[in-house]
Order: sequence, then C-alpha cells, then structure tokens
Amino acid sequence: MAEDALIVNDLTRIFNKHLVAVDHVSFQVKEGEIFGFLGPNGAGKTTTINMLITVLRPTDGGATVCGYDIAKQSSEVRSCIGVVPQEYTADEDLTGWENILLCADLYGIPRDVSQKRAEELLTLVEMTKFKDKQVATYSGGMRRRLELACGLINRPHLFFLDEPTLGLDVQTRTATWNYIRLLKKEYGMTIFMTTHYLEEADMLCDRVAIIDHGKIITVGTPEALKESLGGDIMTVSIQDGAVDISGIIKKVPRVKEVKKQDSTYRIKVEDGEETAPTILDAIRAEGHKVTRLSLTRPTLDEVYLEYTGRSMREEEESRDAAFKQRVTVRRARGGMGGGMH
Amino acid sequence: MTGNRQNSRNPLHGLWALTNRELKKWYKNPYLLFLSIIQPLIWMGLFGRTMNISAIFTNYQITIPQIPGVDPSVVAQVVNALSSQFNVTRIMENTFGTSDYFSFMSVGIVSFVTLFTTMFSGMSIVWDRRLGFLNKALSTPVARGAILMSKVFNAVIRSIIQAAIVLGFALVLGLQVGADFTPLNLLGVFAAVFLIGMGLSSIFIAIAIRSTRIETQMAVMNLLNLPLLFTSNALMPTSAMPDWLQPITKINPITYATDATRQLILYTIDMQQLLIDFAFLGVFAAIFTTVGIVLSWRYLSR
Repeated sequence: MAEDALIVNDLTRIFNKHLVAVDHVSFQVKEGEIFGFLGPNGAGKTTTINMLITVLRPTDGGATVCGYDIAKQSSEVRSCIGVVPQEYTADEDLTGWENILLCADLYGIPRDVSQKRAEELLTLVEMTKFKDKQVATYSGGMRRRLELACGLINRPHLFFLDEPTLGLDVQTRTATWNYIRLLKKEYGMTIFMTTHYLEEADMLCDRVAIIDHGKIITVGTPEALKESLGGDIMTVSIQDGAVDISGIIKKVPRVKEVKKQDSTYRIKVEDGEETAPTILDAIRAEGHKVTRLSLTRPTLDEVYLEYTGRSMREEEESRDAAFKQRVTVRRARGGMGGGMH
Repeated sequence: MTGNRQNSRNPLHGLWALTNRELKKWYKNPYLLFLSIIQPLIWMGLFGRTMNISAIFTNYQITIPQIPGVDPSVVAQVVNALSSQFNVTRIMENTFGTSDYFSFMSVGIVSFVTLFTTMFSGMSIVWDRRLGFLNKALSTPVARGAILMSKVFNAVIRSIIQAAIVLGFALVLGLQVGADFTPLNLLGVFAAVFLIGMGLSSIFIAIAIRSTRIETQMAVMNLLNLPLLFTSNALMPTSAMPDWLQPITKINPITYATDATRQLILYTIDMQQLLIDFAFLGVFAAIFTTVGIVLSWRYLSR
C-alpha cells in the first residue's frame, strides 16, 4: 500500500501559553516526493520540523511519520528518519570521519556496516579527501556536505532538511542542490525540506506548502501555484497607437485579461508559450504590425509575495533561534562560529 | 527502499560514542589538557604553601615575663613546661590529623578538582543545545539517558585522571603518605572520585537541562563553587569550623569524598568511618544520577 510518508493533522505548538508558533497545520507528503516548506523567518517552519523529528512536543494535534505516531512511537520514528538541521551540528573538534561514525553510533549501527556506508556516502558527496581533517577547517559547503552524509547514515526513509543552503553563496548552493538530487536518486527517499530561497523550492521540490504566522496558506506544485496567479503575462506593442485591438486579442482562446496602455497591451494568458503565437497571428490577420513582444512567466517569488504579503518581517524571533542562525551563517562563510571550547 | 532498522539495538548504544566525543575534545587538545591540569597544581602549590600553618607556631618566640615577688627561675620553669605542651606537631595532628598542612590540603585538592571539572558538564549541555548538536542527537534513537550519562562519564573520567596527576605531583612536592598507605588504596580514592563526580555532574546537568543561556550557567557555577568548597573539609578540618557551619559540612558530599581520600592516603584507616563515607557517596551518586536521568526523559526534549 503506497501510504503517505508523512501525514500531519492539526499539528499545533504554543510556546509560553500564548505564543502560537504552529497553528493547526495539516498536510501530507507523498511517498518519494520532495516536499518544500516555504515561509518567512519566524513563520513556524523550524518549529514544525522539530515536532516531526520528535525533538519538540506538539501542544495539540499530531503526525504520522513512515506510519509511526510521533508522540507514541517516537523511537520508531527516530529510526526511520534522517535529519539535517539548520545548524552545522558536526563537532568542530573532531574530523569528518569521526563525526560520521559518531552519527552511526547514535543509530546503533554496527561498526563494520557503518564504516562501509560512511565511505560510500563520503564518496558521493566528494568528501573522502577531507575526511581526516578537523571540521573546524571546513568551508560552509564542505560542512553542509558532511551534514548530508551524516543524515543519511541510517538509510532513512524520510529525510528532513532544515534550510539546507542557509548562508551559502550561489555556487555552493547550486552544488548542494546537485548533491541533494544525487543522494535522492541513489537512495530514493522522501524528502521534506524547509527553505526561504524560492528558486531552491522551484528547482528541487515536487510540491510546496507556504506557511505564514503558523498557518499553511497554500499547498501545490510550484507550477500550479504560479498558474494560480492567473497565468503568464504577455506584452505586445503595435505600431499604430490610435486603434484599439483589445477585442481581437480577447477572442483568442485562453486569453484571460487584456489591458491597453497607449499602443501596448498587457495580456494575461494561460500557457503563454503556446498561446502567444496564436495571438500574434490574430493581430497580424487584422493587418497590424507588432513592434515589441515579451512573455514573462510568474516566478515563485511572486506567488510567495502574493500569499505572504509584501511587508517586512519584524517579529522577534526567539533569542535562541536568532543565535543559531547567526552561528550557521558565520560558519557557512568559513568563520569560527561561536566556538568557545 | 525502506530504512533498515536495527531492532537488536542495545539500550546503551551511543553512550560510549558520545562520551568519547567529549573526551576527544580534551585529550586531542593539548592546550586544554595542559590548562586543566595546571590549574589545580597552581592551587595546590600556592595555597598549600602560602597557608604554611605550622610556621605560625614555630616562629613564635616566648619571652619569660617578670612577675614581682615570684622567683624568675620558677616562672621560666612554668613557661617551659607549658610551651613543651604547646607542641607544634601535636597541635597540627590534633587539628589536621597530620603534622603537615600541605599533605592535608593537597589531598583536599582532589575533591576540588572533581568539583571544578564536573561543574562544566552543565555548561556543555547548554552549548550542545545552542549549537544544535543536542537536537541532532535527540532526533536519533539514542537513549535520552545516554546523552546525559555521556556528560557524566566524561566529567568523571576526566576527574579521575586529573586526580591521579594531582596526587602524583603532590608526592613530588612533599606529600607524606600515612603508614597504612598502599598503592591499592588509590583504587579506593578513584572510587570516591567516581561517586562524587557522578553525583555532582548529575546535579549540574539537571540545573542546566532546559537552559539555553551560557551566562546563567556561569552564574550558577560562580555561585556554587566556592561555597561548596568552603563548607567542606577540603581546605580546613570540620572540627576547626564554627558551630553553625559544622552541620552544613555534614551534608556536603565533598566532605565525605575528602574524608575517604584522606583516610586512604594520610590517616590510619577507621574502617567504620570509611564505610560511612562510601555509603553516603553511593547514596548521593545514586539519587542524583537517577534524578538526572528522569529529568532527561522529560526535559531534554522541549
């Protein structure tokens, strides 16, 4: 039976009796998909993930991970998931190799098995060369790759990634995506990831949910969410500004809205790439000359802003969360983050 | 493909891996190792030598007073008779159980080292929480109790090694062992350190278990370290303390650890007292380790 890998029902977490961080959230993640959890800072992404990985107790509601209840069968849940937290959790004083074996020991994997797996995972993320170096000497991208490898040491069924590319530069971010794709191809697990980089969600995720103020606002494939904004935008300018050809354009199938501004028409269309030639043909058939043409597809950014609003986020994050994020970003950039040992 | 689960898992899996992680930070960092050993040595060398208590008595010159109407030779006889009773070695032995304050306090330093080492186990759990390692560990099937016990064992193992080093240096600097001392007694000393270390580090972890602030832990450490030390017999014998303080020293476990250590190294062993010491330490360790583990089930996850 192809059961959903993750079923979340009315999951709620209230801090200090009044701060509702996650508010009756429900969704499902299908077997084998990459599911993205998008939202501004403080929207409740990490709180949700922490409840799903059994590190934080829900105030209300619950979830089933790989068929196990997060509250009643937390030990089973822990065995079947892999986690890459937002922070770099590898121990800086140890080597990469020592860190990955430590992770294996936490899962109780026997040494002969764990050594083989560790070799294999480090090869996949191309870290074999650096495995005997102290993690303190690693770059942000190397740390992230090590974290990915550590998270997969128990061959998880469901893999949780919390902000996998936070603080990384564009090149390293793209490389990290490739590693995630590669690992997914190799091990075929279901992935649940949070991010606030929209292009990341667009590139990687099969479906995304947008969460804000602790509530899920919308769920769907990136394509469907973009479509929901009303399709693509086509702009056409014709030579003669005096005539109005809006009527002609409107008659073309799949055209949803036409706005005229001097000799330029802003047209909302479904399936812009297929509809645009038809529109051009219709305009030309009436004897008008097209001078300029552009077609833009809405990005996930626009979808996101449409749903979460355009105002800047100023709500206070917890001291702890803010500290962790600072440390992560600092370490990603190769600085010494918070090390006081 | 499903994640293959390790069903035959031993409930203690991960305990040694986590303990070793902590120990590696110490023994792979020679600078830290050096500092953590040099600190008690400085205390022992400076405190033990500056508090040269027997010198207070030996440098005292008694002048024979002139008493009108009394024969000065009689006065001199009385004074000499009194001052021969006022014997430094006897006073020192009465108070400290040994004629040499350095020996007395250098053994007390073993408790001091254990106290200061175990204090940091609370700090280390706060660091793990703040840096995210704790969450990572909590998301794995490792027992919550093992996370806590790894910190305890780390502190205990470090304490034992440091105690051994401290005692070694104390011998070099002039510690005079008692007549009953055999190298086998050291096993008893390490057992005492083990028990007191377990209890103390469990207390400090329990205090820190939900904390996210390093600053709070530092304040807790500063609040507790010297009072715990001074309300014990580590630096001064209980008998020399004011009446109100004595009952407090009787409930301070450091007193029992120190007494056990002194008996094993300096004194002629009073078997009954030694058994009481170990019984107290055993109960202390058992209670607070249990409290720590129970709290870890409930409060490590938030």
